Parts: sequence; structure tokens; C-alpha cells
Amino acid sequence: MLKFLLRRLFTMVLTALCLTFVVFFLTNLPPNLEKLAKSEAGSRITDAEVESWLEKNGHARPLLVRYGEWLGVMPGWTREENGVTLGRCIARGQDPAEAPRFCGVLEGYWGLSSVFKDDVGTIIGTRLGLTGILMFWVMMLMVPVSLIIGVLAGMREGSKLDRSLSTFSIASTATPEYVSGVILIAVFATSMGWKVFKGTATSAMDSITFENFFLPVLTIALYGIGYIARMTRASMTEVMTAQYIRTARLKGVSFTNVVMKHALRNALIAPFTVIMLQFPWLLNGVVIVETLFNYKGFGWTLVQAAGNNDIQLLLGCSVVAVVVVLATQLISDVGYVFLNPRIRIS
Amino acid sequence: MEDLGWGAILLGVAKQFLPVWIALVVTFAVSIRFKRRLGLYGKLFDSTIGMIGFAIVMFWVFSALFADLIVTHDTLSQISQMKNKMPGTAKPDGSGWYLLGGDHLGRDVFSRMVAGSRVVIQIAPLATLFAFMVGVTLGLPAGYYAGKLDTGLSFLANLILAFPVILLFYLLVTPEIVETGLPQYLAIVLFLFPIIFLMVLVNSRYYVMPAFRTKVLTAIAVIGGYLYLALVGEVGTKVAVLPNAIDLIHVPGNILIVFVSVVFVNSPTVFRIVRGITLDIKTRDYVSAAQTRGERPWYIMLWEILPNARGPLIVDFCLRIGYTTILLGTLGFFGLGLSPESPDWGSTINAGRKLLTIAPHPAIVPALALMSLVLGLNLLADGLREESLKD
Repeated sequence: MLKFLLRRLFTMVLTALCLTFVVFFLTNLPPNLEKLAKSEAGSRITDAEVESWLEKNGHARPLLVRYGEWLGVMPGWTREENGVTLGRCIARGQDPAEAPRFCGVLEGYWGLSSVFKDDVGTIIGTRLGLTGILMFWVMMLMVPVSLIIGVLAGMREGSKLDRSLSTFSIASTATPEYVSGVILIAVFATSMGWKVFKGTATSAMDSITFENFFLPVLTIALYGIGYIARMTRASMTEVMTAQYIRTARLKGVSFTNVVMKHALRNALIAPFTVIMLQFPWLLNGVVIVETLFNYKGFGWTLVQAAGNNDIQLLLGCSVVAVVVVLATQLISDVGYVFLNPRIRIS
Repeated sequence: MEDLGWGAILLGVAKQFLPVWIALVVTFAVSIRFKRRLGLYGKLFDSTIGMIGFAIVMFWVFSALFADLIVTHDTLSQISQMKNKMPGTAKPDGSGWYLLGGDHLGRDVFSRMVAGSRVVIQIAPLATLFAFMVGVTLGLPAGYYAGKLDTGLSFLANLILAFPVILLFYLLVTPEIVETGLPQYLAIVLFLFPIIFLMVLVNSRYYVMPAFRTKVLTAIAVIGGYLYLALVGEVGTKVAVLPNAIDLIHVPGNILIVFVSVVFVNSPTVFRIVRGITLDIKTRDYVSAAQTRGERPWYIMLWEILPNARGPLIVDFCLRIGYTTILLGTLGFFGLGLSPESPDWGSTINAGRKLLTIAPHPAIVPALALMSLVLGLNLLADGLREESLKD
């Protein structure tokens, strides 16, 4: 088990390094840097001035060196100007001697966002908090609903209940968030439909009410519900045909008891993995829904960073996204082993 | 002229779709008549769900085909009095109606929706096909040989899969990155796979008939090579191989980029599926029999394993077209890739969502269209799965 975990962790770190390097490479291509220079030093500067700005701010060195700096394994750049030492790790007005030699993600220094004029670490922290609340409610809605639908549908395969619930699941997987969100807003938040909810969730950032938060939560949850319900249904139908279920039925145990006590626990192993692997998908949904409902969480920040060429913020966002994806993969693997005694890792 | 009521609108829309109805009836009549001779496709008509799905999908395919006959107005012409007008509003000069209303620029929502189906039907299946070619060409050897090759390729696939899709799109499709020609370099790599796939396919089958094989291979190399160079290169961009006189295929730059990124996102999943199936099938007796006969590895992979993996692959193909449609919509929703004037469903939803409280129909119409197409593909996949399991 320990060896398995260590190997998984090693792959995870390697993947994270590769991915952040790719993002670093893509966000630090010459056109991006040129745009950055123009937005920082004035849009009418000449090419030569762009060059010198990049030179001065440490962008004109080899890619690997800059990546190492950003990561915090290479010492930050320093430069003398009019007798004052400037550098990547030296804050304005700080004594160069006191400044740390390394400053990167590993040291907790995430850089400065050029759009929000704030420390990337703090921005991502607050935004992630907001998204966390959203995700929490999505999970609270999505997991029970989808499991109930899946179990009810898989309990008696081919029944009318199964048919109608399966059709609902298919319909919900076929409706991406930007479609269901638009339809939900049009039906529940405009004067043409019923005006029961709010079409934006901006006010939910201060105080969450049912009125302003239900639609975004429902929109994200709907897309996931269908998928998890179908997986639960598949695993439930499989369990229901197992020998021990038949034995229990023949013994005279009531159908409700068979489902609740015998089938349910075994049927829920597969959906666990699926729910964990849904996290990366939710991330996708979160970006769409936060943009649609103007809820300024992590997804909204990612779009702002990407749309405004905010290199440091985009890098920070991708680190978080990648870590979330990899961590859920690891948890789902480990959890699967814990839940399913039949799996043995060699 | 009077504005139309809801009944008249429905009637008008149904009338516009007349060519589609005719084509649908013909397709179904012919298919049901000969369904016993049509293999898996014929069996589809034994399952209600499959038939419903097929009908919806074909509805949009025919809409895309006959789009020029169906549209009532030009997709870009604007009538300023028709801004955000409700469905069924008559035009100010009395020459007709906007069947499903006008959008924020006074364009006909109905015509744009129909024209949008053409964009989706053109890109989604083709992009999925390309993703399958990439996935199959890499997944088969990874599963068959296993070992280091498998480890390496799987690591790469997981690497791409660990990327949040939207971030990847933002990184690939933004103007700064397009300027560097990166998507085109990706296209150079990805578009090579269909040619490799076809050549290996022919080579492994007709290896014992060298004369015939050489002829077919040359044909593939010449035609495929030309298409490849014409598709990838475009005069005036970073990758310009053929001069303008010979380069007859002009894909608008942004469509190529969207296409490439969709293929790029889809192929790792296909790779994983193909690899998994191959790992399973290669332990079968007929594979050992072929090995004992002394067949070469690629023959076994492409002519023994691949045909036997077709069931799950066809089902996944249908599901994946739906997923690709969703991805294209996502790109449009974020205003990436395709131009804002493009009538594709994602872009129109994006344009319409900003005025949702004033006029919801410009966003609702394409949203429902997209939803129905994806739903149709899902139902079709479900029907196919059920029928293919019956053998």
C-alpha cells in the first residue's frame, strides 16, 4: 500500500511539474510578454523599449531559468540601477540584504496580478473560498439526488420507473451548463417566466439566500446528476443480479430490506470513484456557471486572468486546477481500494 | 402585416423544415424496408430509443444539408426595427416574418439557428473522427505491446486529461498563442495520424500483394499528402507550404484552430478506451491463433483486434460527437475561436445571454437546438449499445 501511494505521489508530482511547465511556456510566449510590457509600460512604446522593459524585468532570460525562478528552485534575478539593487525577490523599499534569495511558488510567493493589482496568493485564496461554498452546495444537492435516482432506477431493471428515470438522466447529461443555465434563468428569473429566483448570484458573495444561490447550484448539479445516476444504476443492476441477492430473496427477506441492507453498500463503491472523478468536470462547470451568473469565484477569476493576459494569476489558477484534478484522482484510487476489499494491489 | 400567434409560428417553422421532413421520411422508409440486410444499422430500427435518437440526429444533419433552402433571411443582414423582437413579429416592410424573433442586432434568430447547425454538423463528426484516428493509432500499440511504450503514452494521455479543458482552450485559442503558430504546429502532428492510420491499415492487409499494395499506398500518399498540406498550411501564416495557386482548400484560420483543439482534447480519452479494449482482447484465442500463424503485429492489431472492438467504439463515437458538440458550444460561449458573427450555437447563446432578462429567445432557441442534438446522439448511442449487446 505504501509503495503504491509513494509511486502515485511521484507520478503526481511529475505530472504537476510537466503541466505547470507547459502552462508557463504557453503563457510566456513572446507575444504574451510583449502584450504584458505594453500594458505595464504604456501601449505606445516602441519595439526597442519593449525589449529593454523585458530585459529589465527579467523576462529576457532562458525559459528554464525563469521557470525555475517562478517555481522557487532558482535564485531570483537581481539588477543594479543607479546604485539601488532591484530584484524579483526584493520588495519596493526593502533592503536587498534582507530579501530572500529564492522566491517562487514553493516559498509561497505567487507573484502579483496585473489585473487586480494584488498578491495572487490572496486573490486565489478568497476566490477559492467563494467557489468552495458553491461546490459544497452543489455536492449537497448532486450526490444524494443522483444516488437516489440511480438506486431507484437500478433496483428493478426495465421497469417503468427505470425507463423514466434513465431518460431523465440521459436528458440531464445531454444538457451542458450553459444551456441549462440559460433555460433556467429564462424560466425562473425573467418577467416572461416565473420570477422566483435571481438571474445573478453576485449578491450571494456577501449573503447567501435560497433566492440568489439556488439556480447556479442547480445548474452545475444537473449536468453531474445524470452521469452519476447512470453509473449508480449500472452498478446497482449488476449487484441486483448477484447470487447473494437471490439467496436473500429466497430466504424471504423483504425487497426493501434486500435493497437497503444487502445491495446498497456494494452498489455504492463504483459511484464513489465517479463522484471523485467528477471534480475536474465540476471545475469546468464552475467556470461556465460563475461567468453566467456573475459569481466572482475561482472560475470567474480564471476567465478574467486568461482574457486579460494576467500571466501570474493564470499560472496560479492553473496550479490550483491541476492540483485539484490530481488530488481527486489520487483520492479516488485510494478510496476505491479501501472500499473494495476485492481489489488487491500488487 | 399581422404578427403571428404561437400556432402560426409552429406551423411556419414546420413548413420551412419541409425538405428535412421529406428526407427523414425517405430515410426511414428505405431503412425499415431493408433493415434485415443492413447489419447493426438495420438493427437500430428494432429499438424505439435508438430510432428516436437517430431521427433527431438525422433531423439536424438534413437541416445542415438543406440549410440554404430552410433559412428565411440572410444570417448577417440586420433590420434595426427588429432588435429583440418577439417570435412571430412581422417585418416593417411587410415582406415576411421573423419566425423566432430577432436578436440584439436585429438578425433573424431562426435563420441563424439553422445556419448554426451547419457549423456544428461540419466540425463535430469530423473532429471526432480525427480524434478516433489518433486514439486508435496510438492506443492499439500501447495496449498490444504494453511495457515502456504503454507507460510513456499513458503518461502523456493522463497529462492532457489532467488539464482543465477550459484552461487548455484559453491557452490554445487566444490570439497571442495563435500568432505564434502553435495550433498549426499541433495540426501538423495531429493531421498526420489519419494518413499514418490508413497507410498502416492498407499495408498490413495487402503486404502479400506488393503490386496492388504499392498502388494503393501511393494513392493514399498523394491524395492524403495533398489534403494534409492544403489543410495545414495557409499562405500568410507561420506554416505556408503550398503556394496559393495549388492550395485549393481554404479553411478559415479560426475554424482550423477550433478543430485542432477539439481533436487534441478528445484524443487522450479515445486512446484510453482503445488501450483498455486492446488489453482485454489480446488475450483471446483468435489473437493467439493469428500470432501462431505468424501474422505481423500490425495486422493483428488492425484486422483482428480492431474489428472486434467495434461495438464499444461505435457507441463511444456517438457519445463523443455529442461531447464535441458541447465543447464547441463551450468555446463559443467564451467567445473563443470562432468569430462573433458566426451563427454557431455556442456563440449565439453567448451573445443572447447578456440580454436574457429583456429577450430570452435569442439564447433559448440555439440552446434548445444544441440540447436536442446532444440528446439525440445520446439516445442513438444507447440504442446502438442495446442492439449490439444482443448478438
